[in-house]
Amino acid sequence: MSSPEQWTHPEPGAGPAATAAEPTPEQVIAGLRATTEGGAELTQLLTPEGERVASAQFDPYVSDVDDEALRNLYRDMVLVRRADRESNAMQRQGQLGIWVPLLGQEAAQIGSGRALRPSDMAFPSYREHGVAWTRGVDFRELIGIFRCSDHGGWDFKHHGFHPYTIVIGNQVLNATGYAMGQKFEGKVGDDNGEATIVYFGDGATSQGDVHEGFVWSAVYDAPVVFFCQNNQWAISEPTERQSRLPLYQRARGYGFPGIRVDGNDVLACLAVTRWALDECRHGNGPVLIEAFTYRMDAHTTTDDPTRYRLSDELEEWKLKDPIERVRAHLARGGGADQEFFEKIDAEADSFAAELRDFVFNMPDPPPERIFANVYAEPSPVLEAQRREYLSYLEGFAGSEH
Amino acid sequence: MAAPVKAKVDGAAGAVQNLTIGKAINLALRSAMEADDKVIILGEDVGKLGGVFRITDGLQKDFGEQRVLDTPLAESGIIGTAVGLAVRGFRPVCEIQFEGFIFPGFDQIVSQVAKLHYRTQGRVKVPIVIRVPFGGGIGAVEHHSESPESLFAHVAGLKVVSCSNAVDAYWMTRQAIESDDPVLLFEPKRLYHSGNLRAEVDTTATPDPLHVSRVVRPGDAATLVAYGPSVKVCLDAATAAQEEGTSLEVIDLRTLSPLDLDPVFESVRRTGRLIAVSEAPSESSLTSEIAMRVQQECFYSLEAPVLRVTGFDTPYPPAKLEEDYLPDLDRVLHTVDRSLAW
Ligand SMILES: Cc1ncc(C[n+]2csc(CCOP(=O)(O)OP(=O)(O)O)c2C)c(N)n1
Repeated sequence: MSSPEQWTHPEPGAGPAATAAEPTPEQVIAGLRATTEGGAELTQLLTPEGERVASAQFDPYVSDVDDEALRNLYRDMVLVRRADRESNAMQRQGQLGIWVPLLGQEAAQIGSGRALRPSDMAFPSYREHGVAWTRGVDFRELIGIFRCSDHGGWDFKHHGFHPYTIVIGNQVLNATGYAMGQKFEGKVGDDNGEATIVYFGDGATSQGDVHEGFVWSAVYDAPVVFFCQNNQWAISEPTERQSRLPLYQRARGYGFPGIRVDGNDVLACLAVTRWALDECRHGNGPVLIEAFTYRMDAHTTTDDPTRYRLSDELEEWKLKDPIERVRAHLARGGGADQEFFEKIDAEADSFAAELRDFVFNMPDPPPERIFANVYAEPSPVLEAQRREYLSYLEGFAGSEH
Repeated sequence: MAAPVKAKVDGAAGAVQNLTIGKAINLALRSAMEADDKVIILGEDVGKLGGVFRITDGLQKDFGEQRVLDTPLAESGIIGTAVGLAVRGFRPVCEIQFEGFIFPGFDQIVSQVAKLHYRTQGRVKVPIVIRVPFGGGIGAVEHHSESPESLFAHVAGLKVVSCSNAVDAYWMTRQAIESDDPVLLFEPKRLYHSGNLRAEVDTTATPDPLHVSRVVRPGDAATLVAYGPSVKVCLDAATAAQEEGTSLEVIDLRTLSPLDLDPVFESVRRTGRLIAVSEAPSESSLTSEIAMRVQQECFYSLEAPVLRVTGFDTPYPPAKLEEDYLPDLDRVLHTVDRSLAW
């Protein structure tokens, strides 16, 4: 285990508070603190203006990221954002039952996802379309969930990407168990070790499952990275409804390191997640990462954020856009020219058009699907229900049903 | 059967309003909070947002943040703290966002809510209401369309009810809050805002007791029994059958625990036929219990076995298939035909 002295957050109460001054009760309720800068402890490698910030601790973790690698990260984010916007629009047109937007969270997802190796395992919640992309699951494979024609059909072992989890917090324990398995099989201990990462939101940190995951992973030294995307809101409730303490500081209470990273900084997310995975690979146990970010769109397409959110907060976060800062950095340093940006935009356009085409032509599942795969072994009761229902449907054959 | 709960009658005379089910529950919460300052609401997003279905709309604004609590995102927390609040003398009304998310709170419901009164030999009362939007038909993703009510009806110490219309929605909410026992109120979410189900709610009326079932359409060829969202399906089926000359009786169960089956027995003794309708899977469910009790009480009156129209014994399917999964008018009529042909 790493020693507490090496942990990157300060003792509670030591030095300048990691967040802004104590909020008034009104601010707490209004969620105003959401617009603060993330505090002195925020790890950042690229400022919102696209300036590179040096970090003795984290630079080594991105020493291989040259202009080309940065262009790839930029491309990832642009494609994922475009697919996200297209999906949002398709929901409005009735092609999808619901959409869960990731707008604003591209850097947290691409940065952390690109830190993973094929042998690692990721456990998402339901908003991790960007992480899915980095694991080779593209939008076509997951959009059926939102078209309500399947529950998620990708091969999770092949992709190292667990099925989406909608029940808040459940997946944190599942990931912990998976990581315990990696450890029990002796897959940790050196540079080639395996690790698990699990994604959840700031709201999820209130669930018992998440606390239990923290306890179990600490007790069994499980190689799991807890990646909390603090997008400031759990539907209508601000982070302050879940915690009095900056979330990353909770880790200390469980006995492992916690760190807050600028979730709109793809480079910092990549570096910090590589570091955390490295801790896990070497057998140093769990790490909590709080990616401090912002949900730029509604919680889902059924939500109405105008009821609870403040527009100045939205304006402030627009200035911290995760894609714009990489673009500024590349443009300023000559890492990419106008032609490159235009090429990526064109690629995004055709990517979105293909997705659209795919969704519009997606067949509905047949009724037999209801009865398939309920059990691994055949169930006579279900087989009878299936036969009875299909023969009932037969009765309508030829009629207008 | 337990003595019916007497609802207090509102002061305002002639207070009749035309309401949807959702608005009726909102009004009931409001009047209960006005009548008793120990009534408080707990749940996720129930404050500014007014709940994801807007059932608590405007209540936090008028009653403040200590009576309408936007809670941390934890169902075990919502229900577990409600137990403590109830012990302290409050009357908590918990909102569970969707039925599929009640399970993190299942332990508290089964282990504490249901058993405290019994374990303390009556010294501790648990006047908690747990409101649960349930059922399918809204085109949602996983965990947003289930019907887990049988799991709760099976637990001794809980009262479980379900409304199917605006008048009941109003009164059941009021009566559940006034009950000294824990009540789970299963609300048919797809009907919350249904304009067709608007009804005149007279808040000064004397309502039916909470724990009785009711004949909502008389008939003599066969009996349909249902609750919550399936009541409307059965009423529509009865209307369609009438056009072909078949008169169906429809009973709204209303109370799922304790079950009030006397009106069902009485009906089946006349019609000789029973079809139980529910969205829940059939195995070991409320419809199983109904079928068993009816065959026990009405054995010599039955002209056909008790039949059921239910969800299948599968997880709730992707919503593109929910029309197949959910009992609909056609499946009900098909089953009526089978019963009549026996
Ligand atoms: C156990 C459970 N309770 C309630 C819900 C309904 N719900 C869905 S998302 C959500 C808010 C989640 O907020 P957060 O954990 O911060 O994640 P975010 O959506 O912001 O990424 C809620 C309450 C749920 N899915 N699961």
